[in-house]
Amino acid sequence: MSEKDEEVLVEKVRELENAKRSESRGEGPNTAVILNEKRELSEAVSAGEAKRRMFNRSRRTFLIGGATAVLGYFGYSWLRKPENFYLFERMFRFNENVSQAFFESSDLAPEFSRELAGARVNGMIGLGEDFNADEWQLQVTGLTDPQQFPQFSPSMTFTGEDNAPRSLDTPPPPNESVPGLLFSLEDIKRLPRVEMTTELKCIEGWVQIVNWSGVRFSDFAAQFFPVLRTGEIPDLHRLPEILTKYVSLVTPDRGYYVGWDMQSILHPQTLLAYEMNGEPLKPEHGAPLRLVTTTKYGIKQIKRIGRIEFTNERPADYWAERDYDWYSGH
Amino acid sequence: MQKQLEKKHPLAIRWLHWINFPLLALMIWSGMLIYWANDIYAIRIFGYELFKFFPAWFYETLGIPFRLAEGISLHFFFMWFFAGNGLIYVIYLIASGEWRAILPVPGSFKRAMFVTLHDLRIVKKLPPQGKYNDAQRIAYTGVIVMGAGSIITGLAIYKPLQAAWLTSLLGGYAWVRWIHFWLTIFFVLFFVVHVVQVIIAGWANFRSMITGYDIADADAAETAIKEVETA
Repeated sequence: MSEKDEEVLVEKVRELENAKRSESRGEGPNTAVILNEKRELSEAVSAGEAKRRMFNRSRRTFLIGGATAVLGYFGYSWLRKPENFYLFERMFRFNENVSQAFFESSDLAPEFSRELAGARVNGMIGLGEDFNADEWQLQVTGLTDPQQFPQFSPSMTFTGEDNAPRSLDTPPPPNESVPGLLFSLEDIKRLPRVEMTTELKCIEGWVQIVNWSGVRFSDFAAQFFPVLRTGEIPDLHRLPEILTKYVSLVTPDRGYYVGWDMQSILHPQTLLAYEMNGEPLKPEHGAPLRLVTTTKYGIKQIKRIGRIEFTNERPADYWAERDYDWYSGH
Repeated sequence: MQKQLEKKHPLAIRWLHWINFPLLALMIWSGMLIYWANDIYAIRIFGYELFKFFPAWFYETLGIPFRLAEGISLHFFFMWFFAGNGLIYVIYLIASGEWRAILPVPGSFKRAMFVTLHDLRIVKKLPPQGKYNDAQRIAYTGVIVMGAGSIITGLAIYKPLQAAWLTSLLGGYAWVRWIHFWLTIFFVLFFVVHVVQVIIAGWANFRSMITGYDIADADAAETAIKEVETA
């Protein structure tokens, strides 16, 4: 018998066997046969020998698998140690860099019909009782040459009791007198009014459509940074030296504070808002002036802004100090 | 009777499968820590709430409440590993041709119905099958599609501004979150059925997913021919 004949014979017998098996069960053709599924089989050996070989294989792979599982368990336990939380913060930072690399100020979140707008109160940190809205002025610091502006003030301080539940490792910043600019609400309102009806997305997972009126933060910042006056957001990836990298926003009592990257705060859907759903902001929603945006979660949309600081240092952030993502960007 | 060792699962499939197990578990667990902060979903029929996701005893037993920040840090850490492992798995399936064993084929849906009826002990006859039966084909392909769905819906709720087109395409933020949640529930259901089936299938089947091999009866015809030849 030639080799080829042998193969043909084997194939014939196998087909016959398969057909018989299928027939005896009253079945159609076998799926494996239809699809020509190949089986990988070793040489035929006695049952005892097969068992022995299987055992040897099993012992090896179970040892490797078991060791990997143990390693994984200890690796995870190590990762979850409080002192190693910085690794999660690094991943937040990595995610931020990836996100920033794709950031386009022309990307806009959808706007909704004005009738869908509603309200939901959440988060009162930094909104202490000892606050007089009539005496409120917006402070701006961190500018290289503040004296050139008519709003210049040689001395500004935070007001009100700082009674926020601050995390233990970050003592409150000293309330030193600093020079800067002072703006009234009327000053803000003189800038081009912008209205948007957008979803406010809370980090807890809910959304609330709200109608906001205010001014674009980019229009506000254009007063100090001529590069923004064209109305177009400069390519911040290529021209980082024109502006500071970050913006810090703090409530008048320093109870709540957020840090922003410049890209997100200059986005056209980031507003300094003074009206909500057609009415002046209520105290619980951040009167007299708050930040609203489609670029970040609600935790970043600080109410009752007391001071805005332009800075190249990554600013402190209330929730980032409590293990949340500093960037929290959309 | 003669026996043969049969190679059942390639090394890469086994590693990717077992790495996926803790990664998916971590994604689901951290997802629950996040979901707790706004647990609005329930099964309702005509306004009557049949089951709330999740009841208080469930949260308390597992120690879920007030761990949102932890959930977020875990979710956005392990998402890369989960997605990366899944992507390598799909690439491997395509490159190695292993996809042929798990992709549904013409007639799979009909036969899968009979497989299900058989597994539920309603009918005795089991439809013909290859390496996997048709219910397995549908389940294993389906779970890959679900994985892709989780990544896509996840991206849509993670970056609803930068991926606004995607979020809108999937029905808006609130809807996408709902889809993302239900995909997770189906992952859990898949897991439960999978584990039950593995237990029923027995030790040798389970072992083959670790070692890659199983012991098969040698082909009677082939053995007979060999015996004739050697004689």
